[in-house]
Amino acid sequence: MLKGFLRLQSPLRSTLSLRKVSPRNQHLGIALRYSTATAERKRFYQDVSISQGEGGVFEINLDRRKLKTPGGKLFTAPNEALAIAVATEWDAQRDTLKFYTMHLTTLCNTALDNPTERNKDQMINASLKFLETDTVCYRVEEPPALVELQKNEWDPVLHWIENRYNVNIGSSSSILGPDIPEATKDTFRQHLNSYNFWSLTGLEYVITQLKSVVLTMGIIDRHLSVEQAVLLSRLEEEYQIRRWGNVEWAHDYDMYELRARTAAGALFVHLTSESSTVKRKLLQD
Amino acid sequence: MAALSSPLRVCRGIMKELRAIQGPSYKKSLAYSYVMDQFRKNKVTGERYCRAQQEAHHDAHTYLCLLASTRNHLILHNLYHGKGERSPEEVAGLVGLRLPTQPGGKGWEK
Repeated sequence: MLKGFLRLQSPLRSTLSLRKVSPRNQHLGIALRYSTATAERKRFYQDVSISQGEGGVFEINLDRRKLKTPGGKLFTAPNEALAIAVATEWDAQRDTLKFYTMHLTTLCNTALDNPTERNKDQMINASLKFLETDTVCYRVEEPPALVELQKNEWDPVLHWIENRYNVNIGSSSSILGPDIPEATKDTFRQHLNSYNFWSLTGLEYVITQLKSVVLTMGIIDRHLSVEQAVLLSRLEEEYQIRRWGNVEWAHDYDMYELRARTAAGALFVHLTSESSTVKRKLLQD
Repeated sequence: MAALSSPLRVCRGIMKELRAIQGPSYKKSLAYSYVMDQFRKNKVTGERYCRAQQEAHHDAHTYLCLLASTRNHLILHNLYHGKGERSPEEVAGLVGLRLPTQPGGKGWEK
């Protein structure tokens, strides 16, 4: 499994060293080439640097070797900011490589390799599925304190997005959720379609993390901070914590993980969508 | 617009995280020079309302959140989940119990 996660450019050396690391994985087929992110291996490099390759894309160098994706492609990032952030992740690793802490690297790998071989339409449809069961649209009927909390915290975001995109979403306490009008879905379908493949990869990632299209658009449109969105996504859990107490190894652990993943996804969207890479002074008359 | 802490605080926060990642030589890192450069570029503009500046501020805040959350998550992971699964004896010990022992070894009932 480790073999697939990272391939380096000097084939002989990497095969040798990898064989030492994972002899019992040799027989595993292509199906398992995408390893679980929990696998760890030793840090085998000292220096991490970036360089600009052909076509203006940025590459990551570990010592003198170029980083590759799990699929065996050359790892490239579309701009300097993302490349530096990825390089920083590699530089942050101490003795072992902890891939589950390298969210931006993972997102780039996903966008480059597209392991599930989906196109934009499929990704948009998968994302819009979350709108039908959006976290902020599902309300409880009891206990009253939680009903009140959901109303106070979720309604403002819901109103914001309805005004921002001029759509109708609504909320419901029925098990079937609210009835989202077709026009609303069309609006979001069109909007999501305006993102490129990379941004959409990040966008879908954030949506699946927060289980909410509304909160995701809140972050991407910079209406909410990551912390706010994560709090809103975990509202019921926070309510239960306030009532029954906080357990560090479950609640805090989950929260930090969710924050890290959401922040990585949001940053990934912003860094890969065209609008944010052009930063120029706006002149006012 | 989301309520964010001031750009200076965010900048300091990112520097603190970079130092935690890279140690004392963090000022030589790529990330340090890039982040400082971005903050300087977006520092003061003549406009009362500058969209690019706010975007950069939000992104910086997001990056700080990424670095800090990853660090905290890793600390908790190493503390509670890093050692793999506990043995049945350890699990029982956590709640103050001991596993039953079989006095005569396996199959002594016969």
